[in-house]
Amino acid sequence: MTPVTKRSANPLLARERIKLPRQSMPEQPAQIRATNFTEVNLGYSPELAWQEALRCLECAKPTCMQHCPVGVKVHEFVQLIVAGDFLGAAAKIREDNVLPAVTGRVCPQEDHCEGYCLLAKKVPALGIGYLERFVADYEQKMSARSLPKVPPTGKKVAIVGSGPSGLTVAGDLVQKGHKVRVFEALHELGGVLVYGIPEFRLPKQIIREQLDYMRAMGVEFETDVVVGRTVTIDELMEEEGYDAVFIGTGAGLPQFMNIPGEHLNGVYSANEFLTRINLMKAYQFPKYDEPMIDLHGKDAAVIGGGNTALDAIRSALRLGARKAYVIYRRSEAEMPARAEEAKHARQEGIDFQWLTNPVEFLSDGKGWLTGVRCVRMRLGEPDASSRRRPVPIEGSEFELPLSVAVIAVGTSANPMIQSTTPGLATDKRGYIQADPEKQRTSRKGVFAGGDIVTGSATVILAMGAGRRAARSIHEYLTTGGW
Amino acid sequence: MFNIVHAEFIAPGIKKFTIEAPRIARKQKPGQFVILRIYAQGERIPITIAGSDPQNGTITIVVQSAGKTTNLLNSLNSGDPILDVVGPLGKPSEIAHFGTVVVVGGGVGTAMAYPTAAALKQAGNRVISMIGARTKELVIFESELRAVSDVLMITTDDGSYADKGFVTDKLRQLIQNGVPINLVLAIGPVVMMKAVADLTRSERIRTVVSLNPIMIDGTGMCGGCRVLVDGKSQFACVDGPEFDGHEVNFEVLTQRNSMYRSAEQRSMDEFQHRGETQSVEDRDCVIAGGVK
Repeated sequence: MTPVTKRSANPLLARERIKLPRQSMPEQPAQIRATNFTEVNLGYSPELAWQEALRCLECAKPTCMQHCPVGVKVHEFVQLIVAGDFLGAAAKIREDNVLPAVTGRVCPQEDHCEGYCLLAKKVPALGIGYLERFVADYEQKMSARSLPKVPPTGKKVAIVGSGPSGLTVAGDLVQKGHKVRVFEALHELGGVLVYGIPEFRLPKQIIREQLDYMRAMGVEFETDVVVGRTVTIDELMEEEGYDAVFIGTGAGLPQFMNIPGEHLNGVYSANEFLTRINLMKAYQFPKYDEPMIDLHGKDAAVIGGGNTALDAIRSALRLGARKAYVIYRRSEAEMPARAEEAKHARQEGIDFQWLTNPVEFLSDGKGWLTGVRCVRMRLGEPDASSRRRPVPIEGSEFELPLSVAVIAVGTSANPMIQSTTPGLATDKRGYIQADPEKQRTSRKGVFAGGDIVTGSATVILAMGAGRRAARSIHEYLTTGGW
Repeated sequence: MFNIVHAEFIAPGIKKFTIEAPRIARKQKPGQFVILRIYAQGERIPITIAGSDPQNGTITIVVQSAGKTTNLLNSLNSGDPILDVVGPLGKPSEIAHFGTVVVVGGGVGTAMAYPTAAALKQAGNRVISMIGARTKELVIFESELRAVSDVLMITTDDGSYADKGFVTDKLRQLIQNGVPINLVLAIGPVVMMKAVADLTRSERIRTVVSLNPIMIDGTGMCGGCRVLVDGKSQFACVDGPEFDGHEVNFEVLTQRNSMYRSAEQRSMDEFQHRGETQSVEDRDCVIAGGVK
């Protein structure tokens, strides 16, 4: 195995690189961070970043890049770090990724680049996410972003939703000279990055900086517009003169479990719980007006095993919860959450109740939650998702006292745009149909991507769809071909 | 930013606002609502739209002072901005030729019932409107509603104006007198809507109520506004706000609306105890968009 090229700035041989330890991410101690909303990970120093970059084997076939949903040239930007050109590294990432400070923090790298790193066959993978985050933050600190100058094409594109897919489309298209306007239903821009992902995992300042940069590039934003209600897709195209529309409205309606007691006071959907905290700053009540249940000294649980579930329960812990449980019907191995989040949650003292399913929320008789009755599960035969299906164990029911329960078992399609856009095809679950290569919908000039097409997925997959959409929107606007 | 072009108190504690919101004015249909956030630290509150003027690009809302946010809102005047106004949200009222329709407005709900009553009249229905208020000064939208109704009945709880009693008394009379009623629409306090629904249930008169649960985003994303209708969870913001009054579980609605009562009280107490100077400062802060 000698993938090292001759022209490398890296003085080490491949076998020496393999011996270097993966540089761990400096982080706030678990006991301290469990009481605050400041970011858990503190970021690499330039020295740590350089040390880590030295581990890259410079494979001839960069599988890391091939498995990146937006196609970041990982091998190239890492070598720029080795050469000490941090700004060059950031610029290299920006060629393919308009939100590197975001993806460096929230991408499940183990499923993409790092999961396919050659090092990972023998030793821990290269810390690609940590390196991406480092150069993105470094570039921000140096305020060194260059603004691309491109001649205007005279074409107008409307983007519905300012989440990861919409921002990616906006960033890519504005750099092609198209006039881009992003419509957002909420009062703040960023979509799930703002209302969903908590400050301790993704500081909102980072989103604001990314948005400022996009504004400087010429992207226009309009908040308080619910497309489908305030204005329809047809009105945008026929009356407001948009040549193309991208729909990136996200996952939509929270699912409940249809078990008794879901309407009790104290039972939240994860979306509501996180929106109250992240968007409305309810944890700063009464400085902010939006209230939420005071969690101090109370017990809380989240139902579900994804990133949203862990975001919710770790927030509850930070808001003073005495006990904080994750109730998940499968085992640890099947948990869909990012590996690093599960690790952090365990360090912070979250109590995981794997192979457990709620059957009823219990009340005090006055409408307030007092607990949840659960049943233990075992794993049976594999189901449609090829994960082993959880089956209840008879006679294993038990009760867990709780004041707050957060339901994070997924979402279903929001029908608002589909129902107000004639001829827009949906699948049987109500999600918008878009071809996976070009993100084209059944309506000419209308593209869609992200969770409103695939159902709940990740930030990086939504961004990947955004990239593909931007490419095909550009092609459509320049050739007119559909 | 959304500019207030006109604001006036139409009753003690009840203010009518005309707000510049051209996109919403163009699309608004009877029964729909907006969500407002009046300053940066503010909460989002849903308010049913009382009318719109698409030509001038304005909408009308009527707000009753209850908690901190509505009190702050009612301290704003013509020329002041509101930070966020989003809408029109929710499904519009079903407007069709039903025959005879009774439109019941309770308190400030009268203003919200008005556009639907007008649309029902325009659709060829015989419209019997009822206004219920606590006392004389709180009777609002009387002339507006009269103009679109074949019959207008008014009750006050204390008898200080028109007939003493409740709107349900009037509705019961109509039913007892054998007036054929094809549809009842009730908008107002939960207790009133429940009383109306209870009255019409045995008569099998189709009854629509407009629900006002706690809400945040108004687009279906958070599920905070879920209500139990016919034993199933429905989101008032996207499935409503109007539902079949005979299927609504009003107990669960009341219980969920009480979820933050102590916090709301605390907000209100702190707001009131800050005195006159502070409330002027608060108002300035709102006008500045919440930048303290």
